[in-house]
Amino acid sequence: MIEHLPVLLVVLPIVGGSVPLVAGLFTDRAGWPIATATMLVHAPLAGWLWWAVWDAGTIEYAVGGYAAPYGIELVVDGLSATVALLVSVVALGLLAYARRAGPRSNTFFSMYLLLVTGLTGMSVTGDVFNLYVFLEITGLAAYGLVASGREASSAVAALKYLIIGTVGASLYLLGVGYLLAGTGTLNMADLAGKLGSTLGYDSTLVLTAFGLMVGGLTVKVALFPLHTWQPDAYANAPDTVSAFISALVSTVSAYALARLLFSVFTVDFLTAVPAARWALLGLASVSIIAGSALAVSQSNVQRMLAYSSVSQFGLVVAGFTIATPVAVVGATIHLVGHAIMKGGLFAATGVIERETGARSVRSYAGMGARSPLAAGSFAVLALAMVGVPPAVGFFGKWYIVVGAVESGLWPVVVVLLASTLLTLAYFARLVERLYFAEPTIREGEEAAVADGGESVSTGMVAVVVTAAVLSIALIAGVPVLDSLLNETLPPLL
Amino acid sequence: MNATLPLQLDLLTTHYNYYAVVVLLGIGLYMLVDSPNLVKKVIGMNVFQTGIFLFFITLAYRSGGNPPIITEGGGPYVSPLPHVLILTAIVVGVSLTAVALALIVRIYSEYGTLDEETLEQLYYD
Repeated sequence: MIEHLPVLLVVLPIVGGSVPLVAGLFTDRAGWPIATATMLVHAPLAGWLWWAVWDAGTIEYAVGGYAAPYGIELVVDGLSATVALLVSVVALGLLAYARRAGPRSNTFFSMYLLLVTGLTGMSVTGDVFNLYVFLEITGLAAYGLVASGREASSAVAALKYLIIGTVGASLYLLGVGYLLAGTGTLNMADLAGKLGSTLGYDSTLVLTAFGLMVGGLTVKVALFPLHTWQPDAYANAPDTVSAFISALVSTVSAYALARLLFSVFTVDFLTAVPAARWALLGLASVSIIAGSALAVSQSNVQRMLAYSSVSQFGLVVAGFTIATPVAVVGATIHLVGHAIMKGGLFAATGVIERETGARSVRSYAGMGARSPLAAGSFAVLALAMVGVPPAVGFFGKWYIVVGAVESGLWPVVVVLLASTLLTLAYFARLVERLYFAEPTIREGEEAAVADGGESVSTGMVAVVVTAAVLSIALIAGVPVLDSLLNETLPPLL
Repeated sequence: MNATLPLQLDLLTTHYNYYAVVVLLGIGLYMLVDSPNLVKKVIGMNVFQTGIFLFFITLAYRSGGNPPIITEGGGPYVSPLPHVLILTAIVVGVSLTAVALALIVRIYSEYGTLDEETLEQLYYD
């Protein structure tokens, strides 16, 4: 059983996801229990896989018994196991939120599990074409989930997301074609060996492939200026979906970008072609600044959080591009921390909107008293995102900055430190309003609530509070993650 | 100058598949960006993807190659791998097109228009 774990993690949700469709012939309420049962099996398996990697190091699995490089290979090292566990835990936790908040149809939960399939597949695959297929599965499920909102604007946002996302994935596929033409292989480990030795890192073919693949993935990660789909998608999707995709889709895409940098092109490529490293660092820096600036100017809280993601992923990509062990650990911590914090923030906005009707920055004034638990968690998560020390947001940034200082990348250090101030600029404004401003919405004159207008359940509040607690408690995981990555990543760095 | 000209002519006459790929990619992207009609955008997306399919199939081609089926005598055969990959990519493309068209149907029934600019005005109101 243990040796089949990587493939089980991918197969389980796709099988589970097809059950609600069949069960839908008999009952409308089958989706949630089936999804929960599937994820309750999935999460311990992901934990077990993580434990196995912690125990025995990198696990390789030949799908269908065809050995790499001819067969498809699944490779799970410390980084992939961590991301797979994150996907599983967040997806399980958000089901508690989805029970009351989400669109509760059977097809919704089918797509939910399909998205888990795509994300898990992306994190465990060791094959560049397989990564493309899972990227598109993730995309398809995400487009469907965004469109599952009741308002028509969610369909417009989903179509925009679909078109931009498809161009991104297609560019990635074109890059895969270049690599295939140059080396005749699709296996990541095999490619890493052949790119340097047979083609040379500075050959036009390798550079073009790098540009196309990284360009395609940065669309999915939503780095500035390729982020335009993100605010619309996050603001128009149902609350469950905003929390889910903001926590995981960009996160796993950023993981895929890291995988591409370390396992396919390798750090030697970044060293041999400084222009590639500077281009990525430049893109990341511009993202950090522009994302923050755009976030400050938003009036809708969910749009503000979406632009905040643009900025935070700039930080993560910068960490991966610096590519020293410290910076990579930092980027991973920030990736995990951001998923918890941003998912929690979106979940909190959903609760606050249901309780008080507030959804713009202006109407958040004084809502700390009306919605104490959600607003309190929102404030904690916001401060964690800024990087106030006891929270996990601090450690990610700290490691990345230390990595940048060690590499002597002073302009990047300046941008990284400035990013904290910029993050403070838009989150402090909200926290101040929540607690110290006169309410602009009075009790009893609530605005109509989207997604069916149902009340807040205990599960929804529990998810928000758990995210806030985790944003502090995860610091206990920092040393664990540090030693795990230092054990399994060195061959790549 | 004269010495290099035949080489360039050679490139022009032997690599026309790749020129077709570039033209298809260009047309597809142009339609995606410029066409105000949502359905035409989706068609552009398909043209763009078809360009990529053609690129992969061109990679597989060997002149005088047989189908990749083991027969007596052997001889050169075309690489089966890109064909298999593209079969997968075509399935992905079809699913994407289906989702996109379903979304367009919903947008049309809600807003009564497929023109992007009109839609943008309605959308931000």
